[in-house]
Amino acid sequence: MDAHTRTLLTVICEAALEKKLVTDLEQLGAPGWTISDARGRGGRGVRSAGWDTEGNIRVEIICARDLAERIAEHLQARYYANFAMVCYLAQVEVLRPEKF
Amino acid sequence: MGLDPVVLFFVFGLTAGLLKSELKLPPALYETLSIILLLAIGLHGGVELAEQGSWQLLGQSVLVLGLGVALPVLAFAVLRGLGFDRINAAAVAAHYGSVSAGTFAVVVAYMLAKGIEFESYMPLFVAILEIPAILVGILLAKGMARDTDWRELGREIFLGKSIMLLLGGLVIGAIAGKEGIKPLEPLYTSMFKPVLAFFLLEMGLIASGQLGALRQFGLRLLGFALLMPLVGALVGALLARFMGLSLGGTAVLATLAASASYIAVPAAMRLALPEANPSLSLTASLGITFPFNILIGIPLYLLLAEQLIAWGL
Repeated sequence: MDAHTRTLLTVICEAALEKKLVTDLEQLGAPGWTISDARGRGGRGVRSAGWDTEGNIRVEIICARDLAERIAEHLQARYYANFAMVCYLAQVEVLRPEKF
Repeated sequence: MGLDPVVLFFVFGLTAGLLKSELKLPPALYETLSIILLLAIGLHGGVELAEQGSWQLLGQSVLVLGLGVALPVLAFAVLRGLGFDRINAAAVAAHYGSVSAGTFAVVVAYMLAKGIEFESYMPLFVAILEIPAILVGILLAKGMARDTDWRELGREIFLGKSIMLLLGGLVIGAIAGKEGIKPLEPLYTSMFKPVLAFFLLEMGLIASGQLGALRQFGLRLLGFALLMPLVGALVGALLARFMGLSLGGTAVLATLAASASYIAVPAAMRLALPEANPSLSLTASLGITFPFNILIGIPLYLLLAEQLIAWGL
């Protein structure tokens, strides 16, 4: 198997941010992303997703390391202060490097 | 006076939630019920609008728009007086200046059950009252700050779910007219109450969840959330008298002015004023004011309307 290393950036945040995040990702040039609904508990208490404004999403982006870092820095500067958000980077192996 | 069974459904939900019962309705059902309610309210209003639209109604609409601007300013002043900081006071004020379509549905059911007539174009006022408070809230919080993305916010406000459904219903109802709408009529006649009952069951469950957060915020917020609906109702009722609405219309407009938004405004505020604490507003509007209006407020506002008319106002 011919595997290549890329970076997986995972962002978990308030569902209210979805539209804004997607615009940001487009502008920063992310090659693609996957968004799913999520629920759980963190520094801002239980986020049960039982109510519109209580919903959470998980955004996953696979891309090159430097782009992932740029996106993460952008998110930190722009949203960390006022929104429930965490993001983390991980190394993953992909089969078709030209896609990411 | 026996409680309306739809209100009992709310009490049931509230109780089940407070007892930490396993009872939960699927989120998709709540969505569905609220969509049906909003469309039904809009359709009914549209049909009546087509029957009795007039220039007088235009003047009334402008007055109601003014009410939507005045209420959040009033709420803001009260909140600042209670010692809330500017941003949070503005965010909560926006919720209280706007309206709750759920509360409107309950007051409509209440009036029907009592056999009291009211101006049937009221749904138009619901749509009108929903918007201005959001804008006023943002202006109160930051003035004409340059960093507000008005275009994005405009989309959020004017194309939001509830306003879209209400207006869509109004337009369809107005175009179809009384004859054309016949096959759909059960939506706001025989089907309305059953849907409202299930909707209120879920609202009870949600409200009980918000009540838990009240301990965090204490008596100031509780005081505001109980006082503001009374103040709003009085202002709304006086305006209704000035506009020459009927007894039912006065009570309905008072209820609208007393109600606080919990769908459109939280979503808009989260984007426009992210510094504000969202659970402060939701606890007040959903945890306290909504149950208060459903259980105690609406009959009270009807009494108020009767009293004002008795005084010849």
